[in-house]
Amino acid sequence: MSIFLNENSKVIVQGMTGSEGSKHTQRMLASGTAIVGGVNPRKAGTSVDFDGASVPVFGGVAEAMKETGADVSVIFVPPPFAKAAVIEAVDAQIGLAVVITEGIPVHDSTYFWAHAQGGSTRIIGPNCPGLISPGRSNAGIIPANITKQGKIGLVSKSGTLTYQMMYELRDIGFSTAIGIGGDPVIGTTHIDALQAFQDDPETEAIVMIGEIGGDAEERAADFIKANVTKPVVGYVAGFTAPEGKTMGHAGAIVSGSAGTAQAKQEALEAAGVRVGKTPSETAKLMREIVGA
Amino acid sequence: MDLFEYQARDLLASHGVPVLPGGVAETPEQAEAIAREIGQQVVVKAQVKVGGRGKAGGVKLAADADEARARAQDILGLDIKGHITHKVMVAQASDIAEEYYFSYLLDRSNRTFLAMASKEGGMEIEQLAVERPEALARIPVDASVGVDAQKAAEIVDAANFPAEVRDQVIAIAVQLWDVFSKEDATLVEVNPLAKAPDGTVLALDAKITLDENAGFRHTEHAALEDVAAADPLEARAKEKDLNYVKLQGEVGIIGNGAGLVMSTLDVVAYAGEEFGGVKPANFLDIGGGASAEVMANGLEIILSDPDVKSVFVNVFGGITACDAVANGIVSALSILGDEATKPLVVRLDGNNVEEGRRILAEANHPLVTVVDTMDGAARRAAELAA
Repeated sequence: MSIFLNENSKVIVQGMTGSEGSKHTQRMLASGTAIVGGVNPRKAGTSVDFDGASVPVFGGVAEAMKETGADVSVIFVPPPFAKAAVIEAVDAQIGLAVVITEGIPVHDSTYFWAHAQGGSTRIIGPNCPGLISPGRSNAGIIPANITKQGKIGLVSKSGTLTYQMMYELRDIGFSTAIGIGGDPVIGTTHIDALQAFQDDPETEAIVMIGEIGGDAEERAADFIKANVTKPVVGYVAGFTAPEGKTMGHAGAIVSGSAGTAQAKQEALEAAGVRVGKTPSETAKLMREIVGA
Repeated sequence: MDLFEYQARDLLASHGVPVLPGGVAETPEQAEAIAREIGQQVVVKAQVKVGGRGKAGGVKLAADADEARARAQDILGLDIKGHITHKVMVAQASDIAEEYYFSYLLDRSNRTFLAMASKEGGMEIEQLAVERPEALARIPVDASVGVDAQKAAEIVDAANFPAEVRDQVIAIAVQLWDVFSKEDATLVEVNPLAKAPDGTVLALDAKITLDENAGFRHTEHAALEDVAAADPLEARAKEKDLNYVKLQGEVGIIGNGAGLVMSTLDVVAYAGEEFGGVKPANFLDIGGGASAEVMANGLEIILSDPDVKSVFVNVFGGITACDAVANGIVSALSILGDEATKPLVVRLDGNNVEEGRRILAEANHPLVTVVDTMDGAARRAAELAA
């Protein structure tokens, strides 16, 4: 098992014909993902060749789903058009919409999040690397050749820290690694992923990576204390970030005394989560737990 | 981006929110001219993006234009909690019968917008929220619905505004929503929202934060940026599209991905404790691409920072593999030539790492040390900066 994405997932790409979309569609295909279509109203009816694999382009998400049985959409649409793309995916009731796009105005993401409430679509992102269930499927931009299928679940706000942690623990392997994104408003949260990993029989232990800004880590700590029986190790980035400065991710900002790394670490430790001082130390803590 | 009070006031006025006449001045003479135009008692207010300016002597009344010039003279150049006052706002002074509070903001925790309102304004809202939470109404606003007159009435009634100002505050609440949504703000806070003795309700002071991600649909917002206050290195980095934040330390940092770079700063600071408190000098995320040109631009900015004594290049080769990153570093150093004068510690991991390290070893650049682990490389970089 894995969470949110498995070997049966059928994936479409919104924005497949753009430069990022086409580069990463190629990579997803190469790693064995079932890419069944792309969406672009101006190129509907054509197809795109990726090293011999011909992927049809549809005029809309609903049509692509009807024709292919797709249940996952990966969205590379540029910021000015991303809101409409996510709303289209939600209205078509696709099961999972993975929003890779960085730089979406927060009014747009707050809108599409509100719009998706009560519907049947799980949103991951925006401003995220997507998720990978190694050996099964890869929806997004996470490099597929870092590690293999295994028993660790990983949820992180950061892309490269996800890759780093997968690399540190590559000999053990991962059920699913999911990058939830660094924006102030995101769809799937640490808590959603923790719940799914808790329920996933293949996942034996969980790594949770957080960073400054907001209170998602504090909330996750409360959730872990009440609901997660599997071992969790944590890492938090941004102890040296100054107050009031945005550190790369739109959501990574300490406002006054709120959103500090210190507070997040303390909340996690109070919930019984062992928190590493560096990514390597965090990986070492995980090794002690899984005995490898 | 946080706006100055005068910019916030102009933005409010452009959406029809009632404000008092006034203008912004950079010299005492300009302040005098604005006061003369207003033709009655004015208030001269320091324009700094920090609270507590009244206590710091940054807000003064002036009876006439001559006095306005004198007060502007006092206030311009004033240091308020480390912020130097370069501008003053001169506005018509108003007698205040009552002070209220109204704001819209992004509620990250609940992934929605929030209206906050109170008939007890004037003081810091954090203080009110702690001391008298029952006096502060907090009403969620669904982003896909917004605020119309009916929703505005719900907010205003929840805050128990006095009956005689209810209709005015409802109208202002709708206008403020207009500002919040149409300008892509993450905060619009009016404090105080004041009732004048004649019963008119006005926005007397406001804080607005705009979402920089929405800049593509608000090209006019770029002019609101306080270019003068920006750190010169940050300004240069921005011109080159680099994600750079200047910090107070000695180890220059380059990495790929915001999370990894934040983590790198922390690891360097820990390692630096051993070497007399050496700290990271900057945040610089060169993104997933890490091309030679971006690497060269980044190195150029960091090496021109006089505080930097050593540089730590920390890259995880994912989408761009380590061999490409290593080639980027080698060509960046050759582009920079004699400008590159400080030691570089490079840590590469990830895809094609062996090839990446081989390329750096072969180039054998005298300034470059390759260390295999992030923690070890941070320690070496801190040691070189000590």
